[in-house]
Amino acid sequence: MQILPILSSLRRHRLTAVLLVLQVAFTCAIVCNVVFLIVQRVQRVSVTTGIAENELSVIHSSGYTAHENAQARHATDLAVLRAMPGVRSVAAVSWSLPLDQSDDSYGVCPDDASKKQAMARRSADGTSCVQPSMYDGTEGLIGTLGLRLVAGRDFTPDDYVIGSVHKPAVAVITRALARRLYPGKDPLGQSMYLGDAVIRVVGVVDTLLRPNLRTPAVDGYSVVWPQKPDGRTVTYVLRSAPRDRARLLREGRQALLAASSNRLVNPDRMEPYTDMRARFFQRDTTMIGLLIAAGLGLMFVTALGIAGLANFWVQQRTRSIGIRRAIGATRGDILRYFQTENFLIVGAGIVLGMALAFGLNAGLMTHYEVPRLPLFYLPIGALALWMLGQLAVLGPALRAAAVPPVVATRSV
Amino acid sequence: MFAYYMDLALRSLKRNPVLTALMVLAIGLGIGASMTMITVLHVMTNDPLPERSTHLYTPHLDPLPLDYSHGGSGIDPSDNLTWPDAMSLLRAHRGVHQAAMAGGTLLALPVQSGLQALYAAGRYTTADFFALFGVPFEYGAGWSAADDTAGARVVVLSDELARKLFGRADVVGRTARLGELDYRVVGVVTRWDPAPQFYADSTGSQFSDIDTFFLPLSVAVNEDLPVSGNESGWGDDEKTGSSKRGAAMSWLQFWVQLDTPAQVADYRQYLINYSAQQKALGRFQRPPTNATLFGLMDWLAHQNLVPNDVHLQLWLALGFLFVCMVNIVALLLAKFLRRSGEISVRRALGARRRDIFVQLGVESALIGVAGGTLGLAIAQLGLWSVRHRPGDYARIAQMDPSMLAGTFVLAVLASVLAGLLPAWRACRVAPALQLKAS
Repeated sequence: MQILPILSSLRRHRLTAVLLVLQVAFTCAIVCNVVFLIVQRVQRVSVTTGIAENELSVIHSSGYTAHENAQARHATDLAVLRAMPGVRSVAAVSWSLPLDQSDDSYGVCPDDASKKQAMARRSADGTSCVQPSMYDGTEGLIGTLGLRLVAGRDFTPDDYVIGSVHKPAVAVITRALARRLYPGKDPLGQSMYLGDAVIRVVGVVDTLLRPNLRTPAVDGYSVVWPQKPDGRTVTYVLRSAPRDRARLLREGRQALLAASSNRLVNPDRMEPYTDMRARFFQRDTTMIGLLIAAGLGLMFVTALGIAGLANFWVQQRTRSIGIRRAIGATRGDILRYFQTENFLIVGAGIVLGMALAFGLNAGLMTHYEVPRLPLFYLPIGALALWMLGQLAVLGPALRAAAVPPVVATRSV
Repeated sequence: MFAYYMDLALRSLKRNPVLTALMVLAIGLGIGASMTMITVLHVMTNDPLPERSTHLYTPHLDPLPLDYSHGGSGIDPSDNLTWPDAMSLLRAHRGVHQAAMAGGTLLALPVQSGLQALYAAGRYTTADFFALFGVPFEYGAGWSAADDTAGARVVVLSDELARKLFGRADVVGRTARLGELDYRVVGVVTRWDPAPQFYADSTGSQFSDIDTFFLPLSVAVNEDLPVSGNESGWGDDEKTGSSKRGAAMSWLQFWVQLDTPAQVADYRQYLINYSAQQKALGRFQRPPTNATLFGLMDWLAHQNLVPNDVHLQLWLALGFLFVCMVNIVALLLAKFLRRSGEISVRRALGARRRDIFVQLGVESALIGVAGGTLGLAIAQLGLWSVRHRPGDYARIAQMDPSMLAGTFVLAVLASVLAGLLPAWRACRVAPALQLKAS
C-alpha cells in the first residue's frame, strides 16, 4: 500500500482532515480518562465488607420512652425475632454496621508509651496509634454477621458489659488492624490502650469494613467488642436465607410491634443489608452510569463523524475511483486505500490524544482526588479508537470499492 | 432574501436526511448533557433567600488553642460558635436582628390516633430567628425573648409536621410531644425551605433538609437535647469540653442582619474587639483579627457545598459538547465544500461572498435551532432523571425560564459558531474556476 498518494490527497482536504484528527484526539483523551475513572469507581463500589451481605436484614426500633428497661426490651425482642421461621440467627447493635455511615471511632494505641505520645501531640498522626471503628452488639453478633474468625475465640457471656459507660475488657479485631498495631507479633493476648482502659485482644477476624470509607489503607481497621446496646433506639440484624428477607422484614415489624406498641419501627429504616450498601454507593453508581454514557456517547459521535466524512469523500472521489479501477486497481486496492487513510488520520489523532490524555489527567489530579493515569491505558485506548475508526469507515469504503470502472468514462 | 436562503437550506438539509439527523442528534446530545449539568450547578449555587441575602451575615470567631490541629478531617471547629460566645454576641445586640441556632432531630409522637410517630428534623434557636429570616407564619407567631430566658417549652411547627401530628394546621395553643417533653404550640409556619439550607451546620444534607419545628435554644441546652450537627470539642478537661454550655465546644450557628455598610464595618470591628477582650482574659489564644464576618453568598462559597462529582460531571458534559462541535464543524465543512460547484456557479452569476456566507450561515443556524430544541428535551429528560435519583440535591433540579432561554441561545450560538468556519472557507471558492476543475 502506498502512503504517499493518500497523504497528497489529504493535503487537498487539509482543514477537514485536521478537524477529524482533533476530534479523534479529544475523544481519545477523554475516553482514556473516563475509562480510568470508571475503573476506580468500580473498584470502590466492589469493596468487600467481610459480612454475609446477602443473608442479612436490618430493622431499626425506637422506643417512645427513655426510662423503660432497655435490656429487658432487647431480650424480649431478640427472642421474638429468633422464634420467626426462617431466622437463622439474630443480634442487636446500637447503630454501627459496615457502610451505614454512623461511625463510632476511638483512638487506640498498642502500648502506653505511644498513647502518651499521641496525647502530648493531640493527634494520632505520626504515632503507632490508630482510630479504628468500634462495633458493639449482643451475643452472637460475630456469627450473625458471618465474620470469619481466623484466630482466637468469640466472646463468652461473661465478657459483656452493658452500654457505653464502661469499656469491655476484651475485643476481637480485624487482621488489618492487628497487622497495623502489632506488626510481626501474634495479636492474641496483646493489649490495646483506649483512653484509661486497657483491652485484651482475644480474637482476630479476617475482614470487617468500617461504617464510613476513608482511604483503602485504613478502611479495614475495625474492632468488635462485647458491649450490649443500651439505648431506646436499637438496630436488629437478622440472618436468613436470601429469599426469606422480604418476608422476615414484614413479619419482623409486626412481631416487634405486637411485643410492644410503645415504639417506632419505621418502615423506611428496615431493609435488606444489600439496599443499605447500594445506598452508600449511590453517588458512585450514578457517576459510573454517567461516565459510561459519556464514553459511549463520545465514541458514537466520533464514529458518526468518521463515517460521515468518509461518505462525503467517497462521493466526491467517485470519478477518480472509477479511473483508478479502469487502469487496473482492484476492489481490494480501493477498500484498502480508504482503510489506510482512516488508519493514518486516527493514528495522528491518537498521538495527539495521548498527550492530551496526560494533560487532562494532570488537571484532574490537581483539582480532584484522581491518581496518575497508568501507561497501559494508552495502548488500550489507541486500539479501541483504531477499531472504532475502521468499523466506521468500513461502510463508505465498501461503497467506494463497489464503484464500477465505467464511471471513469462518464462526466459528472 | 432570507426566505430564499431558508428554502435553499431546507432543500440542502433534505438532500442528506440521515446526515442532517445525525448532526442534529450530535448537537442535541452535547447541548442536553451540558445544560443538565449547568442547571444542576446553577441551582446548587443559587441564592436561597434572594430578597434578604444581601443583609444577612454570619460572624466567626477563632477560639481554638494555638496548638490545635484538626488533622485534615475536613471539619473546622471554628466554623461554629461556642455557647458563651453565641450568648455574648446575642446579648450585645449589635445587629438589626440576630439569632443563634443548631439543628436537632426528635421523635415526634402523633396527638391524633391513627397517625404514625416520626423523626422530625428541626432547629433549636432564639426568638429573633423568624424576624431575621422572614419566616412566614400561617397561624400564631414566634416566641419572645422572655421565653428564651425562661426556657419556656414552646414550639413553632411547620404546616407539614402539624398535619402529621394533629391532622390539621391550626393547632396554636395545643400541646405537641417531641422527644421526652411536651411543648405548647405558639405558631405554625407555611412551607419555608431555603435551598441550600444556608444557616445549618455543614455536616447535614443542606439541599434536602427542611426544618419542621423550631423551639427555644435555652430548652435544648437545659434539657441536653440531641444536636444533629457537628459538635467539636478541644478542651483537655472532657467535662467542660463535651457540655453544651462549655467554652471549649463549638456547635452553634449565628446569623445577624446588618442593613448598611456602616453597620457591617461596625460589626466587624466589634468581633475583633470581642476577640481581643477574650484574648486578654486568657480564653482565646489566636490573633483577634482571625474573627471574620461572612455575607450569606460568601459563606456558601466558603463552605463549597457543590460536590466534586458535580464539577466533574459538568466538565465531562462540556468536553462532550466540544467534541460534538468539532464533529459538526468537520461535517459542515465537508458538506459545504462538496457544493463548491454550486457555490462557484452562484458566485459567477453575481452572488457576493457575503451572500454565500449568509446562505450557508442560515443552513447551520437551522441545524442549531433543531439541535437546541432536541437538546432542551434531552436536558429536561436529564433533569427528570436527576430528580428521580435519591440524591441530596434531587428535589431542586429544575430549569427556570432564564436557564431555558440560555439553553436555546447556547445551542444556536454553538452551531452558528460551528457553521462559521465552514461557511467562511466555502465562500472563498473562486467563481467559475471550480466549474472547470470538475
